[in-house]
Amino acid sequence: MRNHLPILLVVVPLIAAPACLLLGNRRLIYLFSLVVAWLTFANSLRLLATVLVSGKLRYNIGNWAPPYGIEFVADPLSAFVAMFVSGMAAAVLAYAPRLVEVEIPAEKQHYFYSLYLTCLTGLLGITLTGDLFNVFVFLEISSLSSYALISLGKDRRAVLASLQYLFIGSIGATFFLIGVGLLYQVTGTLNMLDIARRLQELEIVNGQGIVMLASTRTLRVALAFMTVGLGIKMAVFPVHKWLPNAYTFAPNVVTCLLAATSTKVAVYVLIRLIYGIFTLEFSFDLLPMRYELILLSFLGIFTASLAAIFQSDVKKILAYSSVAQLGYMVLGVNLISAMGLSGAIVHMFNHAVIKGALFMVVGCFALRLGSVQLEDWRGAGKRLPWTSFAWVLAGLGLIGVPLTAGFISKWTLLLALAQEETWFLAGALVVSSLLAVVYVWRVVEVLYFGQPSQKVLEAKEAPLSMLVPTYGLILVMMVFGFWTEYSLGIAQQAAATMLETATMLKEVAK
Amino acid sequence: MTPDQLLIASLALPLIALLFNYLFSFHANLRDGTTVIVACLLFFVNTLLAAHVFDEQAVRWEGVEMMPGFRIAFSIEPLGMLFALVASGLWILTTVYAVGYMRSEKEANQMRFFGCFAIAIFAATCAAFSKDLFTLFVAYELMTISTYPLVTHHGTTEARNGGRVYLGILFSTSIGFLLLALAWTYQIAGTLDFKLGGILAEAHTAGRVSSTQLIVLLGLYAFGIGKAALMPIHRWLPAAMVAPTPVSALLHAVAVVKVGVFFVLKVAVFVFGIDLLHQSQTSVWLCYAAGISLLLASIVAMTKDNLKSRLAYSTIGQLSYVTLGAALATPNSIIGGGMHIVMHAVGKITLFFCAGAIYVATHKKHVSEMKGLGRQMPFTFGAFLLASLCIIGLPPGGGAWSKWFLATGTVERAVESGQSHFYFLTAALMISSLLNIAYLIPIPMIAFMKSPEKDGDCIDKNADDQRPNTSHEEHTDDHPATSGGEAPLACVIPLCCTALLSVVLFFAAGWIYDILLPITKS
Repeated sequence: MRNHLPILLVVVPLIAAPACLLLGNRRLIYLFSLVVAWLTFANSLRLLATVLVSGKLRYNIGNWAPPYGIEFVADPLSAFVAMFVSGMAAAVLAYAPRLVEVEIPAEKQHYFYSLYLTCLTGLLGITLTGDLFNVFVFLEISSLSSYALISLGKDRRAVLASLQYLFIGSIGATFFLIGVGLLYQVTGTLNMLDIARRLQELEIVNGQGIVMLASTRTLRVALAFMTVGLGIKMAVFPVHKWLPNAYTFAPNVVTCLLAATSTKVAVYVLIRLIYGIFTLEFSFDLLPMRYELILLSFLGIFTASLAAIFQSDVKKILAYSSVAQLGYMVLGVNLISAMGLSGAIVHMFNHAVIKGALFMVVGCFALRLGSVQLEDWRGAGKRLPWTSFAWVLAGLGLIGVPLTAGFISKWTLLLALAQEETWFLAGALVVSSLLAVVYVWRVVEVLYFGQPSQKVLEAKEAPLSMLVPTYGLILVMMVFGFWTEYSLGIAQQAAATMLETATMLKEVAK
Repeated sequence: MTPDQLLIASLALPLIALLFNYLFSFHANLRDGTTVIVACLLFFVNTLLAAHVFDEQAVRWEGVEMMPGFRIAFSIEPLGMLFALVASGLWILTTVYAVGYMRSEKEANQMRFFGCFAIAIFAATCAAFSKDLFTLFVAYELMTISTYPLVTHHGTTEARNGGRVYLGILFSTSIGFLLLALAWTYQIAGTLDFKLGGILAEAHTAGRVSSTQLIVLLGLYAFGIGKAALMPIHRWLPAAMVAPTPVSALLHAVAVVKVGVFFVLKVAVFVFGIDLLHQSQTSVWLCYAAGISLLLASIVAMTKDNLKSRLAYSTIGQLSYVTLGAALATPNSIIGGGMHIVMHAVGKITLFFCAGAIYVATHKKHVSEMKGLGRQMPFTFGAFLLASLCIIGLPPGGGAWSKWFLATGTVERAVESGQSHFYFLTAALMISSLLNIAYLIPIPMIAFMKSPEKDGDCIDKNADDQRPNTSHEEHTDDHPATSGGEAPLACVIPLCCTALLSVVLFFAAGWIYDILLPITKS
């Protein structure tokens, strides 16, 4: 059973998704998908525990040995990502029913749950597979289902946003596929580990100095295509434009799920690509990707944070903030140090929890006030005290105040920058997190200091069924703010494994 | 109980107060009564602890590991113990005072108020006992957040704007500079633990950090610790005066600002180390920055007619004294700085209590309206006079000693380093004391000496002044200065206690000197 965990994580929601459509009753469908989501979460926890205790777990699908067959690989990094992706999906689903009733037309609700599980399948598939083409397949599964999820809402603008996302997302996926094709052309294999090995061999066969292989240009192009493709998927500045609209006009439940999971998974693939497939020398020396990505991440952090400050729609504020926070992850990935990489990985987790909680708060307000315009939230601190206070707490996490999870990631990244003695970047990092203070506190002031708006006066506190999951996530955020054995600890282990892989590959080659 | 258990108890008690405050929210007397009892208990526990600490016993608690290499850990040294004693002792009096003030002002949301208060005390205790910079930083930030609701307690636009400046400056300095300084220190020294003699000294001799870099690092600390209110980052302090007076009293005379200067002292003594600051001339610029800051603040204070803003600027000036003590880095100046934390806390809290009492009794906020009030409120203004002496540094106020040690510190530095320009600082201290007289003494003088006949003016002025809000208006009208009398007993008793304490401290200064002596050795 334990050995089958990697595949179970993907197969269970995959089978459950169409099964949803067979169940007639809406309540039943909800309960069924809830059980599936929590079961998947439980499985992912077991997988993580197994991996942490006994190391990497490899699973050959249909017992076909790789590289001919497809294998699933669970190492600390992928198990960790799978854990929080399924965890967030489970938490959001627990929170969802009240909002789904309101936001999604009754005749479409069964599609919603089915697509939700499909999306989860895709995301988990990306994290666990050891096959590069498979990554593309799962990427498309998750993307296509999220296009559909976004357009489910009653807001007509969602259709346009979804279409925009579809176009840009497809370009991204195509780019990724082109990269995979080029790599296949050079190495003749699609298994990640195998590709990595063969790339090393190529170096040796043709190499004088470090990399002088015949197909360098092909490889460079491949890496460039894949990075840009992933960049689009994770909404790195300047290819982030699809994200704010998609997040804003999607139904709130969908936004919760996407914001907490989908971009992080793309970051995961980037880490895999840079550290697990290409060598660091190749990614960072031959192609000056490192400096470009660091520059872009900072540009992203600053422009998106500034954009967030001037939005009047709370979902847009958070969406731009997501673009900014993503910059921190990309930054950490490109620092090439154990500290930086673990900062990036832990920030994936922490930010998933924090942003998930914040979008849940938005959902609560949307349910009670029927609006996500900041203006309509005026004075809600008195009428909806628990919901408003949840914003304050989760907002403090987003800023990165000590004793919240957000601080852990910022501090780790800061230490990583200090280690490199790049003080200019360290300064930029702390200044950028001040911008978060501005956009979070702008909402806090509106909540607590304004005269209540008409909508607020008619509203009452959000239902318990939504507040409990929200506060649950906030509790998680607080706990991992001062006890990081299972967040930063695992992230460090994952980072160490990735760096080990990178160095090991080199040694094998020698 | 063992000392280590006492430490944990001391940290837990404010949280217990918070819990009781929540549980007993249905009954105001029960709620406030338990808070006072817990506060007394905390003070008692702290005195027991102090007995151990001043006996030079090691008291520590390893706490929890927050991240690999970074713990929330506690270990008490004399300076921190002194700070904790002051904060907990004054918490009792402030609670009594706050009960009187809040009830007679019929303030809303008293539960939130007392709850945030307890968290702030918790943060102050954590800061006082912190074993390393990391813990101190966490406590410092916790204090910023927990005091924001107190500052903006009234929920008006004015409160919002004040809160904006408060949070804006404190967050941007602490995240922008202080956090960076911490990361840098860790990078240089490989640890953030406080160590007598400093953790940077070794790195400096090993050549891992140059003197210029040390100057920049000290700058990051000095301006990163926004709560020390060194000019030009002092603006948050006057802005925070929109808070109800008990908040201003405890937080802006004791907990918040004192955490700031306490932090500065800790950095000087335990991170840089006195010897390093001394030899490398790292802190010369900071001496002058503090000197200028204390003079300017005193000058600005003289121009303020609003009593609370005058006191706020006075606080900025007095905080710079402590920063100066840290920057001079001679044994006497460090002792003077540490002592001034205590003396100024007791003196300033009295002044704020008085300001609040005057407001409760007469709804007057401006110095110019206080003519003749002394006859109506003799205890309040008597206390005001005593506390003013303490702040100015005249016997029989305790401040005389701390200022004496600071002045000796400047001379010591001038003599030892042979740089006579340090005498400018001695002069600055003297001039500043004169300025203190100029802005503090006239207040009790006006109150006692001037006759209240002219209070026709006062009432006109009051009417022009839109600040007293409408619900208070009739209250003001039906008693011109003669009918009112003192503020409620719950307000007057605490302020008399603290005024007496400021005199007692004049005679207890030797005790404080002995306590602080160990931290000046390296």
